Amino acid sequence: MTRTHYLNVQYGFRSWLLTKDHKRIALLYLASITLFFFLGGAFAVMVRLELVTPPGDLMQAETYNRMFTMHGVMMIFFFLIPSIPAVLGNFLVPMMIGARDLAFPRVNLLSWYLYIIGGVFALVAAVSGGVDTGWTFYTPYSSTYSNSAVIATAVGVFVAGFSSILTGLNFIVTIHKMRAPGLTWFRLPLFIWAHYATSVIQILGTPVLAITIVLLAAERLAGVGIFDPKLGGDPILFQHLFWFYSHPAVYIMILPGMGVISELVTCFSRKKIFGYGFIAMSSVAIAVLGFLVWAHHMFVSGQSIYASMVFSVLSFLVAVPSAIKVFNWTATLYKGSIVYMTPILYAFGFIGLFTIGGLTGLFLSTLAIDVHVHDTYFVVAHFHYIMVGGAVMAYLGGIHFWWPKISGRMYPEGWARFSALVLFVGFNLTFFPQFLLGYLGMPRRYHAYPEEFQVLNVMSSAGASILGVGYLIPMVYLVWSMRYGKPAPDNPWGAKGLEWTTSSPPVTENFEQTPVVTEEAYVYQVEEEAPVG
Amino acid sequence: MTSHHHVEPKKMYFVIFAALMAFTAITVAVSRVDLGALNVVVALAVAVTKAVLVILFFMHVRSSPPLTKLTVVAGFLWLAIMIALMLTDYLSRAWLPEPKGW
Amino acid sequence: MADIAHPAELAHQFEDMDQQLDSSVFGMWVFLAQEIMFFGGLFVAYTIYRGAYPEAFREASHHLDLRLGGFNTVVLIASSLTMALAVRAAQLGQRAAIVANLLLTLALGSVFLAVKAYEYHHKYVEHLVPGLGFSFEGSHPANAQMFFVFYFLMTGMHALHMVVGAGLLLYFIHKARRGVYHAGYYGPVEIMGLYWHFVDIVWIFLFPMLYLIG
Repeated sequence: MTRTHYLNVQYGFRSWLLTKDHKRIALLYLASITLFFFLGGAFAVMVRLELVTPPGDLMQAETYNRMFTMHGVMMIFFFLIPSIPAVLGNFLVPMMIGARDLAFPRVNLLSWYLYIIGGVFALVAAVSGGVDTGWTFYTPYSSTYSNSAVIATAVGVFVAGFSSILTGLNFIVTIHKMRAPGLTWFRLPLFIWAHYATSVIQILGTPVLAITIVLLAAERLAGVGIFDPKLGGDPILFQHLFWFYSHPAVYIMILPGMGVISELVTCFSRKKIFGYGFIAMSSVAIAVLGFLVWAHHMFVSGQSIYASMVFSVLSFLVAVPSAIKVFNWTATLYKGSIVYMTPILYAFGFIGLFTIGGLTGLFLSTLAIDVHVHDTYFVVAHFHYIMVGGAVMAYLGGIHFWWPKISGRMYPEGWARFSALVLFVGFNLTFFPQFLLGYLGMPRRYHAYPEEFQVLNVMSSAGASILGVGYLIPMVYLVWSMRYGKPAPDNPWGAKGLEWTTSSPPVTENFEQTPVVTEEAYVYQVEEEAPVG
Repeated sequence: MTSHHHVEPKKMYFVIFAALMAFTAITVAVSRVDLGALNVVVALAVAVTKAVLVILFFMHVRSSPPLTKLTVVAGFLWLAIMIALMLTDYLSRAWLPEPKGW
Repeated sequence: MADIAHPAELAHQFEDMDQQLDSSVFGMWVFLAQEIMFFGGLFVAYTIYRGAYPEAFREASHHLDLRLGGFNTVVLIASSLTMALAVRAAQLGQRAAIVANLLLTLALGSVFLAVKAYEYHHKYVEHLVPGLGFSFEGSHPANAQMFFVFYFLMTGMHALHMVVGAGLLLYFIHKARRGVYHAGYYGPVEIMGLYWHFVDIVWIFLFPMLYLIG
């Protein structure tokens, strides 16, 4: 006799497509973002294939432009931005605070439908030849001269943006208003702090992207010069408006991952996290400071040098809270009783790779260096270290950690550790050479390059194929585990947190009774006392 | 805790409405007089005053929880941040020796 | 099954009506914060161009009808008054007053939109719609066109929000007539009010920015 839980309480398409259960909506997102991840990955395959040889011999330059653009657009707007918040956040936020659901379940479902509609526009753009402007859509090329599916893509991003805004809105209200009795702010899991900070960014930043897209579309459709110098417009104005969102957007992509890492590090060190208050406040600091640095993407655009100086200084500041987190995670691991399961392997990968990515960000904030490496593969390597070495690793670590709770099954630990290793090797082989390429002068977004760069490019493309394998293996075993995996206990990791007090998988209402919280977060005991003397 | 149960007297809404009408008349009248740079300042000041009246009284922020007030402030503060930092570019372009036109 | 502790209007995720009302109102405020940034982006872009082309913008602005703009301002503020009174009536459970005030709000909002439509049509006839045969006789036609691009985008985005608001009002009037709102459940009317007042505030800034440039 099987227990009733959220997965089997009702069957059929309608029960999924019209669900208001945050856990089912999380799974709807899981399926759809996985699709876009592999689509975005397919475009990356095309890019790396072309770059195996110096001449542009696999495709025309114009076609290549569409490949890297679609790769960027799909990965950023349809994979990374939703990923952790829409899958893990949707699933866990109510559970971690002892609630039955988010504040606005129907708005949550609407968020998913908006995401799907946006995604359909992106797919339409892809099949009608794609966009060739780069994911940054700089004007006047995107608004006047490009002969590609700019409007379709812009509409897709606009609609997906509102999906993001509504998710952020839901989280903010839920976290403020629906915490269980006794769950004060400083007893919240750090995953919640991270998602709260992320949601603030989504609310205050995304609408600016939305209006920028409106302006871009107006210029393109009506033939009027909003950013066109011929009609008195300023192309740099577009960049200001675009990056005002798109820089904070990178914090939307990384903050939730940092929240996951905090959870993994404390659980697998069997130790209360070091510096809880600092980590919580650093999430807020990143959200705020992240809005003050956007023009570091524009150092060579033609903006005023004085503005560049201001933004350079501010960009140095924003590294501080991220560094604080890395110190605190390290201090937590130090003298912890580390259990080397798959989730902590991903966390290790994150900490190392994010640190490299973050430090190279400081190089880029330095005006003189940036003039040299702007628009080269140095920048490409920097952001892939953070987005892939950081965010995607955190996402996979989180998926594995909470998989027993989500699916009621254990994944096969052997295969999982193997994939984590494959990913780590593949990732570094793909992206480390790109730091060197960029420093040596190879520009980004070029389909051909001088002979002397071939060795590093071949290494990078080889790494990409390993990376691809590393992503495919978990797809296979996670799906396999849903049917054949060992049934999971309620709390396989012995982790702290309200979500682990529910059954695996949970019932639709999460809790039979609203829990009452009486202790701090992460009250773990270190199993072995440190030797005395 | 909610203070939405607060029911304001009808009269308050009419008084605020009258104030809003008065300010509208003022801003139109002032716009007809040439005060140079002050014109923009006055127009903005009146608009902000009207907005504050609508926010505090029509939207009940005056009797709303601190969180609501914080949210209102945050929205306008972020807009101010966007304007201020963008102006670091636009205002300082004139300081550069190159031709400033765009 | 509804009872004293679980009124029919209480959604399952909330513990009690207070939490539900609190959350709904706060949710609308968070949405409005996002709207501030949305319109704000437009305002910032407009401000930068106005700072760059003060003369051209002034000239172009004189082509707007100040009387119609002023009239619309009065109408919209009046609709905020009636909306606020509708919310108050809902707090008191006065069904007739809710419906009457919502209807007045809708009527005033419709007048606003009608005047806007008339203004737009007039601009079209005068060849002042960018992208539709724009032609301006003045010293800087390109820069004047920029003014009109923003005039139409800003007032157009505002009008779009008003149309959505009007649609919502129709929905709320329908519900109010059936006695759905009362002293124990008026949250939806309150958040409708917040939205409507916000749209009014946008116009409070648009009017001087566009119509009152010297």
